[in-house]
Amino acid sequence: MNPKNAKGTARWFLSSMALFLIMWEGICRGFSIPAFILPPPSDVFRSLWDIREQLFGIHLWVTLREALLGLLLAILFGIGLSMAMTFSRIVERLVYPYLVISQTIPIIALSPIFILWFGYDLSGKIAVTVLFTFFPIVVSLYDGLRHTDPDMVNLLRTMGATQKQIFWKLQIPSSLPHFFSGLKVAATYSVAGATIGEWLGSSAGLGYFARRASGNFQAPALFASVVLLSLMGILLFWLVSLLEKRYFKTNDHIQK
Amino acid sequence: MAYGLSEGTLAVSPMLQFSQVSFSYQQRSILKDFSLQIDKGEFVSVIGPSGVGKSTLFHLANGLLQPDAGQIMLGDNGESNLLGKVGYMPQKDLLLPWRTVLENAALPLEIKGMKQEAAYRQVREQLPIFGLEGWADAYPEQLSGGMRQRVSLLRATLTGSQLLLLDEPFSALDGITKMEMQEWLLSLWRQLGITVLLITHDIEEAILLADRVLVLKAAPVQEAVEVPVSLGRPREGRLRYDPAFLAIREQIWDILTDAINAAGERGRRA
Repeated sequence: MNPKNAKGTARWFLSSMALFLIMWEGICRGFSIPAFILPPPSDVFRSLWDIREQLFGIHLWVTLREALLGLLLAILFGIGLSMAMTFSRIVERLVYPYLVISQTIPIIALSPIFILWFGYDLSGKIAVTVLFTFFPIVVSLYDGLRHTDPDMVNLLRTMGATQKQIFWKLQIPSSLPHFFSGLKVAATYSVAGATIGEWLGSSAGLGYFARRASGNFQAPALFASVVLLSLMGILLFWLVSLLEKRYFKTNDHIQK
Repeated sequence: MAYGLSEGTLAVSPMLQFSQVSFSYQQRSILKDFSLQIDKGEFVSVIGPSGVGKSTLFHLANGLLQPDAGQIMLGDNGESNLLGKVGYMPQKDLLLPWRTVLENAALPLEIKGMKQEAAYRQVREQLPIFGLEGWADAYPEQLSGGMRQRVSLLRATLTGSQLLLLDEPFSALDGITKMEMQEWLLSLWRQLGITVLLITHDIEEAILLADRVLVLKAAPVQEAVEVPVSLGRPREGRLRYDPAFLAIREQIWDILTDAINAAGERGRRA
């Protein structure tokens, strides 16, 4: 994307956002909607400012830490399992069908079970985050590894390449674009995972804060924490995109 | 005489030998008791209708496939594990898009365990011969079709093998680029003193480049029809209008037409 284009995109985004906020504010005031049902954005931002010390002092960091640790663990597990499935037909046949089936179970239904197993402290939240982020990572990476061009594999074999060399020189680089798309999805899911982990039982974090605010009918505070969660998701997505761009800095040819 | 470099300078000795090789793919017999010898320094073309098993022949020669029966041997000492010992250039250039020209060409050296620095030095020395000077850091996407094929060929020669298998290397190129590449390939062959086995669809190309043309008629192939090309060297593109050239061309054309008609007969009877 050239700078001029990026500028245009940013301008469109900001204008549409402003329009959206103005309409929201107008509807709330025009129809006199009670603030505990839908607070106007001005109230949300005021609340964000009023409780900034709680939000930015504690809760934001708690949630961010859970999301990042969970994501990191999911990446490690994901890489491990994808490699195991790539190298061993047996592991692949044993694991892959269940991996696909497991994606049909609503993750949110499994979350209480994970809390039960891993506890109400940090490890429980991390476990739920891993549950949310593991699948997009492992499926994208494994599919990437599996869909390496067989002609290229054959060419490397005629050069006398070992399995290991084919893996590092061919399969890994050609699966990276897939891996990054999976990671982008997982990065946004990690915030959802941490939030739900907190909902199910905790004493800090934006999820915990949002739930408490919702229980007390403090809609502006609830919306304020949701705004922060959304920003956190955007931030993580952006970080992964940055990493991706950095990796493919010298060429974007690999995307094709 | 038909033997390019080997003439007078080297005693004729086998580079690649197929002895009584049989191979079937999905119960379809492709080669049956097939024998073939390619001598050191020779340039041999292989031509035949689609699906006759030309690519299978190559995959047997580079070790990707194993014969059901018979033996395939490389060089004097009868090497039979062929993976990593034959330079193979597939139909598609198969350059890795995330690697530069330099990095792509260095791949076989890397796989043999050469240090990166030494590998890059060796590639850089070769770049001018392949008309790629100044393109070391370009990505495949930035190259023309002809240049990509040259990188692919450079990569094949850097396997260090004395035998190169070229599978329709120029079929995707436009006519003019193709002619340039053919003349350039001939000069490369003379310079490097290698043995080349070339698959092509193009009768003119087969004759212009080779010492002899092997025509595969129909699967299962038992014997290749051998057409010697007794034209002098060095050869130029103009040679394709020479009466001797045209006579060979007609001879190959007749063999191929025969093969295609026979296949049609069999098809009707079946």
